[in-house]
Amino acid sequence: MSSPDIILSARKLTKRFSGFTAVNGVDLDVERGTIHALIGPNGAGKTTCFNLLTKFLQPSAGNISFNGRDITGLAPAAIARLGVVRSFQISAVFPRMSVLENVRIALQRRRGDSFDFWRNQKVLNAYDEEARERVEEVGLTEFIGETAGELSYGRKRALEIATTLALEPEMLLLDEPMAGMAQEDVSRISALIRRIAAKRTILMVEHNLSVVADLSDKITVLARGEVLAEGPYEAVSKDPRVIEAYIGAGHG
Amino acid sequence: MSVTANTPSVSAAATMPIGTPRHHIAIFAGLLVLLLIAPFVLYPVFIMKILCFALFASALNLLLGFGGLLSFGHAAFFGSASYVTAHAAKVWGLTPEVAILLGTIAAAFLGLIIGALAIRRQGIYFAMVTLAFAQMVFFFALQAPFTGGEDGIQAVPRGSLFGMISLANDTTLYFVVLAIVFGGLLAIYRIIHSPFGQVLKAIRDNEPRSISLGYKVNRYKLAVFVMSATLAGLAGSTKALVFQLASLTDVYWTMSGEVVLMTLLGGMGTIFGPLVGAAVIVTMQNYFASFGAWVTVLQGTIFVVSVMLFREGIIGVLSRWIRKPL
Repeated sequence: MSSPDIILSARKLTKRFSGFTAVNGVDLDVERGTIHALIGPNGAGKTTCFNLLTKFLQPSAGNISFNGRDITGLAPAAIARLGVVRSFQISAVFPRMSVLENVRIALQRRRGDSFDFWRNQKVLNAYDEEARERVEEVGLTEFIGETAGELSYGRKRALEIATTLALEPEMLLLDEPMAGMAQEDVSRISALIRRIAAKRTILMVEHNLSVVADLSDKITVLARGEVLAEGPYEAVSKDPRVIEAYIGAGHG
Repeated sequence: MSVTANTPSVSAAATMPIGTPRHHIAIFAGLLVLLLIAPFVLYPVFIMKILCFALFASALNLLLGFGGLLSFGHAAFFGSASYVTAHAAKVWGLTPEVAILLGTIAAAFLGLIIGALAIRRQGIYFAMVTLAFAQMVFFFALQAPFTGGEDGIQAVPRGSLFGMISLANDTTLYFVVLAIVFGGLLAIYRIIHSPFGQVLKAIRDNEPRSISLGYKVNRYKLAVFVMSATLAGLAGSTKALVFQLASLTDVYWTMSGEVVLMTLLGGMGTIFGPLVGAAVIVTMQNYFASFGAWVTVLQGTIFVVSVMLFREGIIGVLSRWIRKPL
């Protein structure tokens, strides 16, 4: 039996909030180079799971490993430094900085820590050219000098992806990348995600089932904090338990 | 469903172009020329007071406007440095530059302790922790034997710079103070426009995102807190020599409030706002002193009006008009 190449894996991942178990004994294996989607009705624990994997929440029990290394005890910034970078449900840009500066702040990470408060920021101009390329990749070149806070929602998300990619992460965790997005933006971001997935592993939480069906190689369905089903979209979507969970929770 | 951005419009002051804008150099140069002429036109002690508070407010602005951290206890650094400098100059008989250095170091050290504890909390809780520590420092200053209690440390000798140049003359002292304050302001300008400053602005704008990019935000917050405390201390030390006095007023919470007021009035997150805010408030206190307690009422009114009508502060509004960061 050839074992698949697992990049991120969680075992018996559990998170209890006072008296309420949001995530209960979840086992998850994300295979390298795939797009893996995490779906489930509202309150299924998707976002909690996501926050646990990126250490924005500390698990009550269970462990997480990345590339075979136990990362359960690491701080969120340390996880990012290992190459696992997350996005947020609400678009995460730096609103008062320009589009170029947004991307550059990620490129600046390559210098290591930037505690050199005595040095002129002109040293960062070395990253401008690459930042421009990243901005162009997501089609935002004409907005490069604009303040990020003034971009439309779809463009903010595109900028967020450009910023994330600038870190050259091995793995991306996207928290509802399509949430609140107009249809034309959805297809643009979908195409972008597929393009970047060519060299990377992606784990995403997404509500838009057509996006999930279209993009993902494997789907894990969560319900009430537990794994309900797992497999390719065709199999999962026909699973009676999944259909019941969705209809039972009031989804069409 | 179409989506539109519903973020409030952001002042131009907030976006820093890359490199040093020419108009900033021009403003600094113009300001320096004015300040070199000023002591021959106006009362030097009055301008020195403005300069000290301009540095104090700029130090707070570094933390508040660029680090996004509201400290309500900056009087602790300003006042402690003032006491240490006064004590060093008067009791130990040290030269002014050493006395100022010691005061500033004391403020930095205090900043490290208070900062390390305060940055564990966020928002209003952060402000409350800084206020609580500042009150502790105030009661310490009230009770400790060497601070002179209610009287403070009076008749602090200005001494001779490097033991050679007597600072007894107001005009001579003025140029020393100008050099210190201007140096401090340029240091703040550089910090804001350094690679460190870029990360700081990112943390201010979106802390979780900065973490997800791999920045250890607490270290940056602590670093800027210590820098801000140090520069506030430098302002306090200098002030002690100018007025030859260190008193409880310098460590009292109203001092913390006043410097926040100066920063907001002038425009937080701008380069030149705190200078304007300090000038306006100090001028009011000086020229309206004959109104007694009414100065406080006037200050309160100006504060309310500025919050209601121009939230971005004087320089913030100006910066939006001319569409250039100031």
